[in-house]
Amino acid sequence: MSVLKTYSEINEKIKAGKAVVLTAEEVSELAKTATPAEIVQKVDVVTTATFGAMCSSGAFINFGHADPPIRMEKIRLNGVPAYGGLAAVDTYIGATAESSGNPGYGGAHVIQDLVDGKDIILEAWGKGTDCYPRKHIRTRINKHTVNDLFLFNPRNAYQNYNVAVNTTSKIKYTYMGTLLPNMRNATYSTSGELSPLLNDPEFRTIGIGTRIFIGGTQGYVVWPGTQFHTNRPKDEKGVPVTNAATLAVIGNLKEMSSDFLQAAFYEKYGVSLFVGIGIPIPVLDEEMARRVSISNREIQTSVLDYGSPGMPKLGQVTYEQLRSGSIKIKGQKVRTAPVASLAKARTIARILKEWVQKGDFLIQEPIGMFPTNASLNPLKEVDIQEGGTR
Amino acid sequence: MNIIKRRYILRFPPQSGDKPLSYVLVKDYDIRINILRAEVMPGKRGSLLLEMEARKSNLEKGIDYLVRHNVECQPLDKRIRLNHEKCIHCGNCTAVCFAGALTMHPQTWELVFNKEQCIACELCVKACPLGLFEIDFRDDL
Repeated sequence: MSVLKTYSEINEKIKAGKAVVLTAEEVSELAKTATPAEIVQKVDVVTTATFGAMCSSGAFINFGHADPPIRMEKIRLNGVPAYGGLAAVDTYIGATAESSGNPGYGGAHVIQDLVDGKDIILEAWGKGTDCYPRKHIRTRINKHTVNDLFLFNPRNAYQNYNVAVNTTSKIKYTYMGTLLPNMRNATYSTSGELSPLLNDPEFRTIGIGTRIFIGGTQGYVVWPGTQFHTNRPKDEKGVPVTNAATLAVIGNLKEMSSDFLQAAFYEKYGVSLFVGIGIPIPVLDEEMARRVSISNREIQTSVLDYGSPGMPKLGQVTYEQLRSGSIKIKGQKVRTAPVASLAKARTIARILKEWVQKGDFLIQEPIGMFPTNASLNPLKEVDIQEGGTR
Repeated sequence: MNIIKRRYILRFPPQSGDKPLSYVLVKDYDIRINILRAEVMPGKRGSLLLEMEARKSNLEKGIDYLVRHNVECQPLDKRIRLNHEKCIHCGNCTAVCFAGALTMHPQTWELVFNKEQCIACELCVKACPLGLFEIDFRDDL
């Protein structure tokens, strides 16, 4: 008879300190000798993780009111522009915003400096109103002085991601790293068999409300991420072979650590933020056991030419091949390199495993499921008549 | 025979172009030289990354000779710095290191930096998203 487990049964075992927890790499190893039926009997929770540059990241901040108060309409944090269209003293600082005077420093660096407890110079301007008479303020803030400080990342933890190469004769500087000419290297970003959404490709256990590890603390999945896409090409087991689903996530920045949140600057591209995310997957039944057993040998991804317009696909490879150090593309042996940290992802999966084992982290059943049929619209350019409709 | 191989960054004073220094290294000190990188600006200082292979005593004499002729001579590994402590092991630097000095450990997936393989191309300096590399090749740095 097949074993079925409920969330509450698994959480009772976690509270009793009796839950069996493995990382996604450990369960992939176990699956070499155990069937899904055996795995669902033995294992309660599998921890997954990723630590990569996630450009669609940022933080909400509430500064508190000064005396006299100001309605902040233009805001700079250490010279980096933050959003000034959100009430009087709320803002959102995007990770990729850049300082005009210091292009290597951006929103991600502001976020990391805040996490590290450093002081940030806040400068803001307003037009002055009857209730907010002040027109300018320049002061220092840090994570202890502000009221609210939370990371809200509209798109993180891509289910899968492409391999980048460059077939042109010129070096290309991209968010996938520096791509050498004539396919002298290939870069990849996903943590393969450890990657959260590759272990639950149909989002049976990951949805709105899922409790996660984010930046070193507990946070939540709040929505499908932007550019959430379910209709990408998939393999015979239903696992996408290119970038597909994403997560919108949230967490308290005041509790995070720069061990798991790291500002980055890419030459001739710009600023981004490495974000550490870990997601526990409850092994509810044989189907989930089969899903979490997925290995690098089985997971495939697409090789795209980042040097050519439209990024044509040049081939398809497995993560086992990518990790071997080289892949073959159009008959040419191409050296591979990661651009996301597997070492950090493993640390996160291990920490999350310990949290669950110790009973500090319960599995939250999604309170809303993700869409199962979502695709993307391109941005169309249409003619706009001067003085036309609004 | 105690043959050793070392990489050095040599910095030449502006007026040194008239002396056949590398010829002397080969001919008089029996040093096998391999020029890995060179930047010579007429009238200004020049920089050379040189791999030298010789008996230890000859290598020392050869370096003495260079120093006597006002050539600064420093082992390459003294001129390259990586802030290991802050490294997140993302792998971006390994993507550009065609010399094979920067690689990912196949089990731990942590960065391994073998300075002996470095050719001071400096691609890693710009490729590291955390800016953790410093290489002093030119004298203006």
